[in-house]
Amino acid sequence: MGQKEIAGKTVSVNEEGYLTIHEEWNKEIAAAIAVEEGIGELKEGHWKVIEFLQKEFKENGTVPSLRRVTKAGGVPTKDLYAFFPGGPLKKSSKIAGLLKPASCV
Amino acid sequence: MKRIVILGAGTGGTMMANHLVKKINKKEWSITVIDQETKHYYQAGYIFIPFGMESKRTLTKQIKQFLPKGIGHMNIRVDLIKPEENKLVLSDGKELDYDILITATGCRIVPSEVEGMDGEGWMRDIFDFYTVEGATALAEKLKTWEGGNLVVHTAEMPIKCPVAPLEFTFLSDWFLTKNGKRSATKLIYVTPLSGAFTKEKTSEILGHLLENKNIEIVPDFAVEKIDPANRIMRSFDGIEIKYDLLVTIPTNMGDELYEKSGMGDELNFIPTDKHTLQSKKHENIFVIGDASDVPTSKAGSVAHAQGEVVTKNILRYIAGKDLLPDFDGHANCFIESGYGKGFLIDFNYDIPPAEGTFPVPGLGPFSLLKETRMNHLGKLSAKWIYWNIFLKGIKIPFITSKLTMKGKKF
Repeated sequence: MGQKEIAGKTVSVNEEGYLTIHEEWNKEIAAAIAVEEGIGELKEGHWKVIEFLQKEFKENGTVPSLRRVTKAGGVPTKDLYAFFPGGPLKKSSKIAGLLKPASCV
Repeated sequence: MKRIVILGAGTGGTMMANHLVKKINKKEWSITVIDQETKHYYQAGYIFIPFGMESKRTLTKQIKQFLPKGIGHMNIRVDLIKPEENKLVLSDGKELDYDILITATGCRIVPSEVEGMDGEGWMRDIFDFYTVEGATALAEKLKTWEGGNLVVHTAEMPIKCPVAPLEFTFLSDWFLTKNGKRSATKLIYVTPLSGAFTKEKTSEILGHLLENKNIEIVPDFAVEKIDPANRIMRSFDGIEIKYDLLVTIPTNMGDELYEKSGMGDELNFIPTDKHTLQSKKHENIFVIGDASDVPTSKAGSVAHAQGEVVTKNILRYIAGKDLLPDFDGHANCFIESGYGKGFLIDFNYDIPPAEGTFPVPGLGPFSLLKETRMNHLGKLSAKWIYWNIFLKGIKIPFITSKLTMKGKKF
């Protein structure tokens, strides 16, 4: 656990750089993490995913599975990989200011 | 007379029947178990079939052998649940009312979820070992295996017994070495996870073991499709893996009954309170075993730990008392690592596997997170324990429903 300055704001993060207090998140922070993760500028497609993750998190207290993003969020898996190459859920949840999805056991 | 219906006579359902028949007031309540099958398989033994160490015959018994006296047993399929009306629609068109429903229908593989998986290559050079048919066909295939790329693959999580793909890989290494085919075989372990296993420390230890055994690991692989004609598996981000034999764990899903009945999530698992094991939507429905969406392993040992909690909570529900949040996600898994050795891991929702001894703190005889001969013997003895103790709902000395911290090093 530690503190990190992202987009001019000091926030609490875990060892892997995920925000531990979601209330500290804002859109500027999201944009900065996206650059850090090699995603670049966030476009409409990215935001659709980020907003879906946040809505799900608010309702269920967990980050949804990739399959749920596809089925309930209406984003095809192919697109998810195009938006967030190299791990759509890991990257999008980090940008959304949510904890890394606990890998299913 | 009120009725408890148990859907499914596998591990969880059989245990629940045996628990409840001892505890319920039989003047007021009847118990009915429904299953469309007549046979009960010891599923934890499937892993040994491809290597000729078990067979369909040695793993099969009759469902009715394990159901207690004094309950009803129907050998029929349920076509629909009407949870708002507390009714089941059976495949013969008749309806059955329930007051309390226990769903214990498990999960199954659905190869059609991945494009190309169940096409021309299925059972030719693509096999599963999660069904008795798949494991038996794979045993035949391995008998004539001369070498090439043997790819062990998991499509997506969650799967039943998340250690099974690793066990299969370790056992393949041992089996092929024994048969002189190992040097001609490239063993590749392909997983959607970021490492060998879902839990970090365990993943590290097992990851090293893969390395030591000269097994290549391809992590973060999300399969998009399989090209059976050219024997290539492709990921969503464009990575291609060539296989000569693909042993896959296809997508695992709950029964489609829940999709039809509007009760399942996107994988047809039933949204369930992870501590009380009551359905989140319907208060008179309880879920045991692989059928639920609770975030722990899908495994018999988990169903065993859940059995006591579900029993207690059904009795409390009947008495109008608050349910107890007593299930902690406890799972306990043997991991075969080949050459007559194995690991044992013990964990729950919050506490990852740690080193120590099991089940008696400080004594064992099993060692947690270590590779020992005794752990392998434990895995072998689990079959006898399953048929004779687990299914009957008998308490095993020292084995607690909740995880214990005693005798463990963190």
